[in-house]
Amino acid sequence: MEEKVLMKGNEAIAEAAIRSGCRHYFGYPITPQTEIAAYMSKVMPKIGGTFLQAESEVAAINMVYGVASTGKRVMTSSSSPGISLKSEGLSYLAGSDLPALVINVQRGGPGLGGIQPSQSDYFQATKGGGHGDYHMIVLAPSSVQEMASLTMKGFELADKYRMTSMILADGTIGQMMEAITFPETKSETVDTPWAVTGTECKRPHNIINSLSLVPEELERFNIQRFERYAEVEKNECMWESYEMEDAEICVVAFGIAARVAKNAIVAARAEGIKAGMIRPITLWPFPKAALYEASKKVKAFVSVELSMGQMIEDIELAIRCSRPVSLCRRVGGVIPNPEEVLNSIREAMKGGN
Amino acid sequence: MIVFDKPKSLTDTPFHYCPGCTHGIVHRLVAEAIDEFGIEGKTIGVAPVGCAVLAYNYFACDMVEAAHGRAPAVATGLKRALPDRVIFTYQGDGDLASIGMAETVHAATRNENITIIFINNAIYGMTGGQMAPTSLPGQVTQTSPYGRDVKTAGYPVKICEILSQLDGPTYLERVAVNNVKNVRNAKKAIRKAFQNQIEGKGFSLIEVISTCPTNWGMTPEKALAWVDEKMIPYYPLGVYTDRSAERGEEEK
Repeated sequence: MEEKVLMKGNEAIAEAAIRSGCRHYFGYPITPQTEIAAYMSKVMPKIGGTFLQAESEVAAINMVYGVASTGKRVMTSSSSPGISLKSEGLSYLAGSDLPALVINVQRGGPGLGGIQPSQSDYFQATKGGGHGDYHMIVLAPSSVQEMASLTMKGFELADKYRMTSMILADGTIGQMMEAITFPETKSETVDTPWAVTGTECKRPHNIINSLSLVPEELERFNIQRFERYAEVEKNECMWESYEMEDAEICVVAFGIAARVAKNAIVAARAEGIKAGMIRPITLWPFPKAALYEASKKVKAFVSVELSMGQMIEDIELAIRCSRPVSLCRRVGGVIPNPEEVLNSIREAMKGGN
Repeated sequence: MIVFDKPKSLTDTPFHYCPGCTHGIVHRLVAEAIDEFGIEGKTIGVAPVGCAVLAYNYFACDMVEAAHGRAPAVATGLKRALPDRVIFTYQGDGDLASIGMAETVHAATRNENITIIFINNAIYGMTGGQMAPTSLPGQVTQTSPYGRDVKTAGYPVKICEILSQLDGPTYLERVAVNNVKNVRNAKKAIRKAFQNQIEGKGFSLIEVISTCPTNWGMTPEKALAWVDEKMIPYYPLGVYTDRSAERGEEEK
């Protein structure tokens, strides 16, 4: 049997990355994700890997770009303000079709904001963040176990689709400790004929690049990239359904908000309200089909978010505005308690009748 | 008998550079050095944003195009991933001395084992001749139409002098390519910058005083003379740091 270990969410990410074969980490200190860098700085030198504390988030993501160009697994981690700085690099990674893993342990914003948990980088993560037409695969863990398993999944998907995977976590899951097991890792090697490794004078030179000065050529590259994105949308949507069989109210929540929502759903059912939840695990691709199916059965949706209401727009699009969607939200580092979510469920039940 | 030929490390793609621009000379010197060390198959170059943005089409080795100013960070990633490969960046003054200043200074202070070729022509060429961090006091550019006023625009950035204050870098030299003697010296410096990396000695940066006849508004001939008259007096040529004798494999 796999060994159970007690770990912080941030440490689980670091250990999972190492077990996934990642040997290159670049970071810059920022709360609440610094445990990742601390863990890497301890372990990497002992296993022949790279830990480098970069001069900035901008430098760190460009070091990631350098390693990714060689086809090797690489990651960086940060929190909200740092991700804004990395956004230049995220756009270039997308434009050059390079695989990488980026961790965002979110804190409240905008600006310097605060250091307490938040989910207000949903738009930034799922709609691009940097300039140009592009997507990242966005994975939203709601437990320390998922911090580990989704990190591993993130590397696999990044390699498979030559994309950046982002773990969109929050300060709570980053900081809390839970007992977890590390799944067996398959060390699948993906062919990287595009990588720069030195030609050895045996092949034409490879060029890692996002510049195309001919408009028709650049258009073609964008279209080809979106054909790949369509494959991701078709194949890689992940979500958890909870108590949805007979549900009349569908709560939609991810990350720490989903943990709180589960308690509220138990309480709602105790007072006779048939509530359930769809928890998106991939925020991009967003589980549109699952929500659309649910919309045929439920009376109303409740989006529970640690933001002023960002995911709610994707829910409304996914269900084509066919049902009312209400918002239960706290921001600035405040987490809603189950009672607040329960009240939103009660309200939705009234309104949906 | 062939007495003079194109280096193997350059492709057959014609350069897009303006007549009289010295990028072509420096490309050739870099390619000659790569040829002479026989490292074409194990070299990876990093192109900048600026006039040399298309350098990836000209060098025959594997190439990466970096975001503006980020080449030293990209090169750091490449070198850490592939320590037995030879990594060089080729950057202009806006790229290296303005937007990429942090990446430049920190790659130098880490003594990152890479080679940087830094083209200083005192102007932003690609975007049409704006004031560069290295534009001379009084120099007229598109964004300093009355001449660079040091009271509002400050003074030029002297990269070799700045980096020479650090304990990190192994080798810093400023050269020029405006006459045969200077080209020969430039070649020697570029060779040494590659040799240092091959021997694991660390960070080498060669600043090459270059011309931009188009944006300086001069004939190529006048531009070469302007290097002697204006540029070199402000940016003295020479070796600014050389720790290559005291560094080797054991330190890296």
